[in-house]
Amino acid sequence: MMGRRGAVLSLPLLLAGCDYQTYQSIFSDASTEVHDFNILFVIFLIVCAIMYALVIGFLIAAIVRRSRTGPADVVEEGRHHQSNPAMRTGLIGWTALVGTGLMALAIASFFGDRSMANAAANEKLSVNVTGKQWWWDITYNSADASKMVRTANELHLPVDVPVHIYLKSDDVIHSFWVPSLAGKQDLIPGRDNDITLVPRKIGIYRGQCAEFCGADHAKMALIVNVDSYADFLKWWHHQLESAPAPTSPLTQAGYNFVTTRQCSSCHAIAGTPANGTVGPDLTHLASRRSIAAGAMPMSEGNLYGWVADPQSLKPGNHMPTIGLEPDQLHAVVAYLETLK
Amino acid sequence: MSSPCRASLLFLGLAALTLAACDREERHSRSKPIGETVPAGQSPDTIWPGGSQPSPLDPRAKLYDNNAPALSEGQYLYTQMNCVGCHFHGGGGMGPPLMDDEWRYGGRIDQIAASIAEGRPNGMPAWRNKLTEDQIWKLAAYVRSLSGQPSKDAVSSRTEEMSNTTPGSLTPREPAHSSDTAEQ
Repeated sequence: MMGRRGAVLSLPLLLAGCDYQTYQSIFSDASTEVHDFNILFVIFLIVCAIMYALVIGFLIAAIVRRSRTGPADVVEEGRHHQSNPAMRTGLIGWTALVGTGLMALAIASFFGDRSMANAAANEKLSVNVTGKQWWWDITYNSADASKMVRTANELHLPVDVPVHIYLKSDDVIHSFWVPSLAGKQDLIPGRDNDITLVPRKIGIYRGQCAEFCGADHAKMALIVNVDSYADFLKWWHHQLESAPAPTSPLTQAGYNFVTTRQCSSCHAIAGTPANGTVGPDLTHLASRRSIAAGAMPMSEGNLYGWVADPQSLKPGNHMPTIGLEPDQLHAVVAYLETLK
Repeated sequence: MSSPCRASLLFLGLAALTLAACDREERHSRSKPIGETVPAGQSPDTIWPGGSQPSPLDPRAKLYDNNAPALSEGQYLYTQMNCVGCHFHGGGGMGPPLMDDEWRYGGRIDQIAASIAEGRPNGMPAWRNKLTEDQIWKLAAYVRSLSGQPSKDAVSSRTEEMSNTTPGSLTPREPAHSSDTAEQ
């Protein structure tokens, strides 16, 4: 008795856990594109459901009728003019219905397509997203090169501003998919692809590489942060700043290690000699929500684990296990934590 | 037992034996963590004092030589770390070519690893502490594959760059300079 009541009581709790509307859902309505697409989906669903129900209904009716009346097949005997006038009208009506349904689908998809293409024509913000094994390299374009921002694995977009995302790949085919904001678009090496969207709701959304791209495909996630325009500008201006100079002996030791040893061969930190372009830009690492393309949330503990042995947390990824001594590890993590 | 039954049993047994012979190469994403070092004093020379005995091949060589994942990771690093800038895709430019059979500092994988780690005169920078030991060994394995040393089934059939030459998996194996690899 208790068990059943407990189960019934916990059901709303379980349902409340389904927070699809905000995070990763094709039914989110968080952007114009997804909204348009959902309307299109509903129209297709209704038209197809009506047609399906009618076809199945007629099929059942035909089976029942056939078994009741026996052989009297005027059509097969070629005497069309003798067929039931009601049936003739019915067939003409049926053809008209099919035509109307197809027209409805064609018109709906035409307007859906126009509406989605509208954002591309009114591009206000342009972002390059480059897929790499297994993370996202993000560059905000600007006519003024000093205003360009390079970051990784976290896209910030202003709400209600049409954004044009240019998709490239450095190695294999990836696919950009943020279900709450846009449909899928592949990133193909040697080819320029793009996708446009207009975010409509402030919030945090999750994207996922949707084309199998190797060992860590599952751990190649993208976080999209839709902010108000003011918050977005604040973020942009913060991203333009260089990394702060280390202030304590521990962070100084970390700085020395990061800028002179293995780290700087691949990673860049603005304002320091570290200028590798192979791996993600670390200038504002600690202000991001996740480590290693959504593999784990940003926290001191996870940062320790990641720097100490990336191969145990995301096996096969291209960041090598360096084998840091404990004091080096403390220093490096302390320095990375200052990169807000 | 009927004859077809016995024949099929025999066939199954043979198939199982054949399968057992398949030695899938190991893919190690993490190197031996600490204490692994590139052989520091690995002599690049081809003549040795006190007779003609070269130093023995480093035991780690067999982890990387002829290992497909190591070769492809090395190929990846070769582009990323801008080896291409001087050596080009093996043909050589500012730096010496790597696809011929001449090795100034030794053509054994441990000798190549030592050259990468320590740097060499006339411009080759030292990569120790800039790359991990594991990465240096993978790079060495790839560099060795440029001159066609590893077996065909291990090298990548695809290059990172545009190429008009036959893929490494289809070119005939070339023996290295006899004095360099006589012991292999």
